[in-house]
Amino acid sequence: MGLRLEPRDHASAWLNLSLSLGAVLAALLLCAGLVALAGADVGTAYAIMFESAFGDVYALTETLVKAAPLIFTGLAVTVAFRAKFWNIGAEGQLLAGAVAGCWVGGFEGIPTPLAIALMLLAGAAGGAALALIPALLRVRLKVDDVVSTLLINSIAYYAMMALIEGPWKDPLSGYPNSPPIADSAWFPVLIDGTRLHFGVVVAFLAVPAVWFLLRRTTLGFAIRAVGENAEAAAYGGIGVTGVLVTAAAISGGLAGLAGINEVAGIHYQVMGEISPGFGYTGIVIAMLARLNPIAVIPSALFFAAVMTGAEAMSRATGVPVFLADVIQGTALITMLVALLFTSYRIRRTGGPAGVGAR
Amino acid sequence: MWGLVDQLFQVGFLAALVRIATPLLLATLGEMLSERAGVLNLGIEGIMLIGAMAGFSVAYFSGNLWLGVAAAMAVGMVMAALHALLTVSFGLSQHVSGIGVTMLSSGLAFYIYRLVFGQPGQPPSVTAFQPLPLPGLSALPVIGPALFSQHALTYIAFLLVPLSAFILDHTPWGLSVRMVGENPHAADSAGVSVVARRWQAVVIGGGLMGVAGAFLSLAQFNAFTFGVINGRGWVAIALVVFGQWRPWRCAAGALMFAFIDALQLRLQASGLGQHVPYEAFLILPFLLTIVAMASVSRNAVAPAALLKPFRKEER
Repeated sequence: MGLRLEPRDHASAWLNLSLSLGAVLAALLLCAGLVALAGADVGTAYAIMFESAFGDVYALTETLVKAAPLIFTGLAVTVAFRAKFWNIGAEGQLLAGAVAGCWVGGFEGIPTPLAIALMLLAGAAGGAALALIPALLRVRLKVDDVVSTLLINSIAYYAMMALIEGPWKDPLSGYPNSPPIADSAWFPVLIDGTRLHFGVVVAFLAVPAVWFLLRRTTLGFAIRAVGENAEAAAYGGIGVTGVLVTAAAISGGLAGLAGINEVAGIHYQVMGEISPGFGYTGIVIAMLARLNPIAVIPSALFFAAVMTGAEAMSRATGVPVFLADVIQGTALITMLVALLFTSYRIRRTGGPAGVGAR
Repeated sequence: MWGLVDQLFQVGFLAALVRIATPLLLATLGEMLSERAGVLNLGIEGIMLIGAMAGFSVAYFSGNLWLGVAAAMAVGMVMAALHALLTVSFGLSQHVSGIGVTMLSSGLAFYIYRLVFGQPGQPPSVTAFQPLPLPGLSALPVIGPALFSQHALTYIAFLLVPLSAFILDHTPWGLSVRMVGENPHAADSAGVSVVARRWQAVVIGGGLMGVAGAFLSLAQFNAFTFGVINGRGWVAIALVVFGQWRPWRCAAGALMFAFIDALQLRLQASGLGQHVPYEAFLILPFLLTIVAMASVSRNAVAPAALLKPFRKEER
């Protein structure tokens, strides 16, 4: 008897779902070893994480508030990766969006709906503009997009810091933060006593919008075709260069909205700690969602829960808060391994072990 | 202006340049080796970080810096082995696996450091590596103090350039590494185990990345901080492209980057730093790295099988 891997041509929705769940469970199990290493009870630690993320209405709203930027960055990576544009730069695009949107939001005297609309537009434009740089570098000069987006993340961060520590420093507070946006530009709070804000609704609306874009429009078809096989797409008459650049701009725009979400919904200004790595987490979220926009929602909620839950767990049990980062990295890897099961199935074979492996 | 030129040719500047180039050189050679075998390792940034952490922690508790370097190398090899397992053995996406390895390694580095050292007000430190003047050579004017009064790891890093060039070009092992990176099916037909050779290249490369991290926490600085790598891993990947996957050119790229980095440190300290925000100087190396990549990428010829998984039955 032996086992052999056999190519599989179709993966059902059930399989996809169970693979993602399996990957998450495997990641949590693997990380349980680290919790134990820290001398905490694994069950208690995870229970506290879950409690503080979903335990009551306030916790739930906090998780939703954390999920909103993650939905945006998850969607940003989804669109880019669908076109095989390796955008690792959602982090920098988020910052660019935050800066651009915050600047527009700073103008006084604009009525709320218009101020919010302008801010969202500016945020998306800022993120898109930054994403265009690596896209153009790739299509014109063949510069590897992974490396350029990573390097641009550092540049975007330092450029933002130069602004808020220099010419754009808030003159009133004297701290290295930008001046606040106008009161009329604040995202309205939906439930009193919580931080649940309008941006969460925008994030959840962006999901069907991106689904529609990818599944029901010509551009979406072109994006997927280019991602699956650029040569065949070009042969079929699709302008690959244009599609890549457009996908990059849309991806950057979505990441920019994540930045606006944090500015107009949480901080009301730009500050150095505006993103605890939302852009990088977006990569894990998109992969766990198998690049399906709808699945970005549960995926983002999971990582939002891990982020909020890890802080409470750390306070209660002394387990370092960085467990959240380890869970993210582990989940990305377990998900990648789970993908093996979508393209292969394991079969028992009658012959001696190894014979079937050829 | 002349003051600036004078400064550039000062012994201190040259010495700083060589020191700054060391971790980049180690990391770039490690990445180059991996890529020559056909495996892009985006785990480099995280592997350098966990190498810096492991090297520092082991040196801190054992009191032996070289034991720290060995630990960094071992940890780098383990994390790179994970990447090899996912990409070489399982044939999974090198991009995603590498990012996963970076996230996991960084997370683990932060987690373990916090677990071991807690949150002290002052970060714990070690007595870092001291320069090791080479007898005779260090007495030479100008280049003596600049080139031959460096850390032992710096000499090793620079010796690795001709060594890796020799190994790649003139040894059977090096030839087979290049073969599995260019045409794995031909290598397979010639009796080379593609999987074994790729594993070896990735794991040895990871060891070099780990040591690169340890150089930062044990020689360049004397402590581990969360931002200690600060994008140097990504720069190393760019330098491999800039260096066209050749050891000597990669070394030239590392020196060029180190020149810019040493220059921006000088400029920050000079009168210019009062008029220009310091972030502009920090941006400079990253910006010029992108420019350098843009200038060569069009004509760059990567190993033909880079990013392509090898499966025997598929031709």
